[in-house]
Amino acid sequence: MANGNQEEWWASTRGLMITALVIWFIFSFGIHFFATALNGIVVFGFPLGFYMAAQGSLIIFVILLFWFAGAQDKIDREHGFAEEG
Amino acid sequence: MAAQTGDAFTSNLSRIYATYTGGFAAFVLLIAVLEQMGVPDHILGYLFVFFTIAVYAMIGVLSRTMQVSEYYVAGRKVPAFYNGMATGADWMSAASFIGMAGTLYALGYDGLAYILGWTGGYVLVAVLVAPYLRKFGAYTVPDFLYARYGGKLASICGIVVLMSCSFTYVVAQIVGTGLIASRFIGMDFEIAVYVGLIGILVCSLLGGMRAVTWTQVAQYIVLIVAYLIPVVVLSAQKYGVPLPQIMYGNVLQEITAREQEMVAQGLVAAEALKPHTQPFANLDPLNYFGLILCLMVGTASLPHVLMRYFTTPSVRDARKSVAWSLLFIFILYFTAPAYAAFAKLEIYTTVIGAQVADLAANTDLAWLFKWGSIGLVKICGVDAASAQAVIDACAKVADHPGIVRLADFRIDNDAIVISTPEIAGLPYVIAGLVAAGGLAAALSTADGLLLAIANALSHDIYYKMIDPNAPTARRLIIARVLLVIVAVFAAYVASFRPADIVAMVAWAFSLAAAGLFPALVLGIWSKRTNSAGAIAGMIVGFGLTLYYLVGTRYYAMGFYEMWSGLSGASEAAITKYNDLKAAWEAAAPEAKEAAWKAFDTHAQTVANWFGVRNISAALFGMPIGFIVMMVVSRLTPAPSKELQDLIDEIRRPSGGVVMKEKSA
Repeated sequence: MANGNQEEWWASTRGLMITALVIWFIFSFGIHFFATALNGIVVFGFPLGFYMAAQGSLIIFVILLFWFAGAQDKIDREHGFAEEG
Repeated sequence: MAAQTGDAFTSNLSRIYATYTGGFAAFVLLIAVLEQMGVPDHILGYLFVFFTIAVYAMIGVLSRTMQVSEYYVAGRKVPAFYNGMATGADWMSAASFIGMAGTLYALGYDGLAYILGWTGGYVLVAVLVAPYLRKFGAYTVPDFLYARYGGKLASICGIVVLMSCSFTYVVAQIVGTGLIASRFIGMDFEIAVYVGLIGILVCSLLGGMRAVTWTQVAQYIVLIVAYLIPVVVLSAQKYGVPLPQIMYGNVLQEITAREQEMVAQGLVAAEALKPHTQPFANLDPLNYFGLILCLMVGTASLPHVLMRYFTTPSVRDARKSVAWSLLFIFILYFTAPAYAAFAKLEIYTTVIGAQVADLAANTDLAWLFKWGSIGLVKICGVDAASAQAVIDACAKVADHPGIVRLADFRIDNDAIVISTPEIAGLPYVIAGLVAAGGLAAALSTADGLLLAIANALSHDIYYKMIDPNAPTARRLIIARVLLVIVAVFAAYVASFRPADIVAMVAWAFSLAAAGLFPALVLGIWSKRTNSAGAIAGMIVGFGLTLYYLVGTRYYAMGFYEMWSGLSGASEAAITKYNDLKAAWEAAAPEAKEAAWKAFDTHAQTVANWFGVRNISAALFGMPIGFIVMMVVSRLTPAPSKELQDLIDEIRRPSGGVVMKEKSA
């Protein structure tokens, strides 16, 4: 199992962490700075700024986490650090 | 079902819980039939409470264990999907279930800070913390601090933070069970608190984490069904589509139109109206985003949440499990704004603008007086206990036009969810179901918190510091004795209905965010962070946050006068502060108390740094905690080679847990 290169693997892991946190930051804070402007757009009756805070960002978070779990697992396998070999 | 049959249990989970869900549906139908046969409401309410607690107790007894790893981490064999459900129940408290929709009703867009904060935090859990703690193989969060930061002092810092955020939280859950049982089925509050205590102990005492896990899964199913049904029915009645989460877009449009109409009709002054969908009407952007950050980071540091991820079979499952948790939490949280919107439209159209004298004649408004009589609805400043009380109170208001204006009406946050079944005209069985759901939410959260507290005492203090050679049997007995002591003490505190403690729950997030988050994250992601840095950072971050919370809330005058240069108060607010202070100083002895109350209430609004509200205190403590931790670590020697190797091992998913349990 220790055939992987720890440095390379950790660099990929850290890269994924940063990507995930950038997406997290955008949908936690970034887009909500523009809530007032986004509210000018109405989708299915929802002002868009309101919709993003009430549902849109949440949906992104859920998708992000399932994607993250898969992506980290792929990194672990490629570098030989996954559990059970 | 002892440990040997445990595997048969975990391999049949989907069948067991499908049967359970079917059984629960049949039970609800049975209650509906009993209601049609004329069985009185309060009997149905008791059936709901006792049946559900009996089921949880049964699961608790079947999951009893005498193994240390079963007791602390459910044997690490909880599949990701079910651990997600258990975390959902663990996370969603009485306040989420009963109070969240009301907060959104009151704050409109700005209330969404809670929705964002309490979901987005799971991204931090999955990416930064949980998988690594799972790999480490800790039983508790202080356990990790002990190993990573070399010893007792770091562990004790962790325990202090854990206690201060978890104990007030568990008391609030027990108060929650008392309020639910007393409101829905008319049980005495004090009795209901002890019924809640029994409900908590039967789930956790015999089986520890193992029993809590499987009851939390059962509790999640009850709470999510109970939360969805009333608002789904309401959406189907109103729009013919049972998808409230989508249909409330229309409701928002109607609310906006009605808000303009109310202004035109003189029911609310244009400048006093806070439109439901308008951002930053109640919180300024600094406090809105600050609150989101504190809630997110707090979520990622609360021990009772993190310890749920110690129970998965692998690091990979821990990551997947966080994603499932968030999905299960999302289902409730994206429904809460729909509740708020439906209730708001109903109130704006049927109550606001109605003739005061006609309120009693409208049978659709019976809920108003029902909840008014227990103090949840106020009209013209008095509890809407009866039509006459409201008419008398409004008559005393100067220049009252005889119609209910927006400013005349006040509804408690808790009343939104619990009155929706009646607003929708649903039978009592649905109200009973909502009570069972609220109870499940409160009990499941209380179980998780109680275990977090008792395990820190039994594992981190007793086993690690007092008697490291204790045999398994003694460890488990001590763990249970401490669990009972903490639970009884929490119920005793809850029986006084301490309003302050319930308000302090919001503090838990800031305290955890400032006290634990930097030490956990840097412990995993920075090898250079050493024990001196971690301890200094935890003490400074936690201490500063606690100082800000207590100072701005309980010592507002002193806090303001010490830091008046940093206060975000406006000129007018400062003038008012000085006037009220002069009035209090000059007040006659018998008027002193009232003058102090007015002065202190106002002082709390000016006692701050840069206008940051008390609830977002970690906005100062957390960054400073990080800075102190990094600076002190770099000024003192780096961690030893062994410790750096340990960190490498924690990071790698392969190779099994780092901490091995010797006796299990």
